[in-house]
Amino acid sequence: MMYEIRDLRLSFPDMAHKPFLGAPPQIEILKGLSFDIPKGEVLGIVGGSGSGKSTLGRAMLRLLEPSSGTIRFDGIDITHRSEQQLRPLRKRFQMIFQDPMSSLNPRRQVRGLIAGPLRLHGMDNVTERVASALDRVGLPQHFATRYPHELSGGQRQRVGIARALALEPDFILADEIVSGLDVSSQAQVLNLLGQLVNDLGMTLAFISHDLSVVRRLCTQVLVLHHGEIVEHAETDALFNTPRAAYTQELLASIPLPDPYQEWA
Amino acid sequence: MIFLRALLTRLLTMAITLFGVAVVVFFLIRVVPGNPIAMMLPPGATEEDIARLQALYGFDKSLLQQFLIWSGDVLRGDFGTSISLRQPVSELVLGRLPATLELSLFALLIAIALGGLMAFLGTLYRHSAAEAAVDVTTGTALSVPDFLWALVLILLFGVLWPVFSISGRVSPSQAFEFTTDFYIIEAFLRLRFDVVAHLLSRSFMPALALAIPLAAIIAQLLKQSLKETMHLDYVTLARTKGYSETWVILREALPNAVLPTLTLIGVQFTFLIGGTVIIERLFSYEGLGNMAIDAVINRDLPLIQGIVILFAALFTVINLVVDMLYVVLNPKLRHA
Repeated sequence: MMYEIRDLRLSFPDMAHKPFLGAPPQIEILKGLSFDIPKGEVLGIVGGSGSGKSTLGRAMLRLLEPSSGTIRFDGIDITHRSEQQLRPLRKRFQMIFQDPMSSLNPRRQVRGLIAGPLRLHGMDNVTERVASALDRVGLPQHFATRYPHELSGGQRQRVGIARALALEPDFILADEIVSGLDVSSQAQVLNLLGQLVNDLGMTLAFISHDLSVVRRLCTQVLVLHHGEIVEHAETDALFNTPRAAYTQELLASIPLPDPYQEWA
Repeated sequence: MIFLRALLTRLLTMAITLFGVAVVVFFLIRVVPGNPIAMMLPPGATEEDIARLQALYGFDKSLLQQFLIWSGDVLRGDFGTSISLRQPVSELVLGRLPATLELSLFALLIAIALGGLMAFLGTLYRHSAAEAAVDVTTGTALSVPDFLWALVLILLFGVLWPVFSISGRVSPSQAFEFTTDFYIIEAFLRLRFDVVAHLLSRSFMPALALAIPLAAIIAQLLKQSLKETMHLDYVTLARTKGYSETWVILREALPNAVLPTLTLIGVQFTFLIGGTVIIERLFSYEGLGNMAIDAVINRDLPLIQGIVILFAALFTVINLVVDMLYVVLNPKLRHA
């Protein structure tokens, strides 16, 4: 198993209702989630805004510390590991963000953006690895000396993917990575990601509010609603016979190319 | 080409600014009460003596005539002769400028080091008691003006626990022969680090007094910008790549957060130089500011004019340097 998650709970302090003295009340965002991600699987995590899908992603990468429950990554319990203890593991799980502009440091060239983390983790042949990462995501080599503001949205997102890939991780979490792109760039980035996952045998979790994107890329789908799992099924099963009422609602909200056609 | 034109525009604006300053200072110090001639003569001088001296210094002519003569001389590089010290103003002023520059730059370095450190610590320990401590410290440092800090430092480290010198730029027992007026820089270049240490320890108190309020402003603004930058995706992403928090703050967030602080330092540095006038007096530091106060007390009109114009020139040059630094530090501006 890549991830084994058991009864995962996460709360934030509610500063809006903090009493003048004393601790603020807690708001529970994740309410006891349990699921597994087998190796090599592509898991779609869907849900409306406020459903807790991004919080779940951040907890899985331990950018947030869970309040209770356990997260095991490749058999290792990372639930309460300190930042120091996590550092050697960080190379193995990578993340790609929604907004490709804000997720690249505007002061670094593409080359530095990709090479920095490689050097940090003491990897060899950094120059070759940067070149091959650019190659894999379909960017020409001379892009290495460009700054993020000189790239288009789709190209930036490719750089984001190249940064994650170059570290040769076991797992990548993609958080809404195509929602900021226009439709043709979306298709290109999705095709690229699907192909890379196949070629490299990585495990991928794909957070999205867009079910048509999830259907195309993912093998399994996890539906979140108000911090709880309402359905977890194989993609085909979910789209053909959605069981939970909330899933049916989500499916009904997808705009179809032909308004008279139904998902069948 | 665009850069060159911008530079030329700026130089022209500088010239106009300096002319404006010259007009204001020239007429202002002539309409306020006080007569330089009266300060020179002993009590009981005759009317004739006064008239003769006034003619000698040109004070018998009309204000406009005086201004035309003076500005003509200034354009030729002659700032006149000091009435109280009887030496050329340009010589006096340029002789004192290095002392004030060294003091101001030293204060600036202290302010950047202290302010930067506070901002870094406040960001590293954000949302904790340590950040609150940083806020309280900077708030206090900011709400007390530099000359009061000077008095506090004199009391603490000059009187109660006398570890630092509180008087003068060089100890009278210092045997080192300086060939320029940039004492610290010269000693540094001649590799006499013992002399550098001596000079730094003597100007540390006045420099610190000047630096404390500026350090506080730097700390507050930089911490604010750093904390905003720490929320950005690429900073979070750097953390997921496994970079340490210190690295993330200093290498990812700082370069993108520093620009507003840089502008602020540019503006505040001119205020800091203005502050040297009182601080140099309090610490008997032989700089321009100290000379300015003597010049005002003695109604030494040519000297006051020279000092004010030099200060004005200094401020405009600093603003120019800050603007150019801005272009150098921001890759977006370079490529646009």
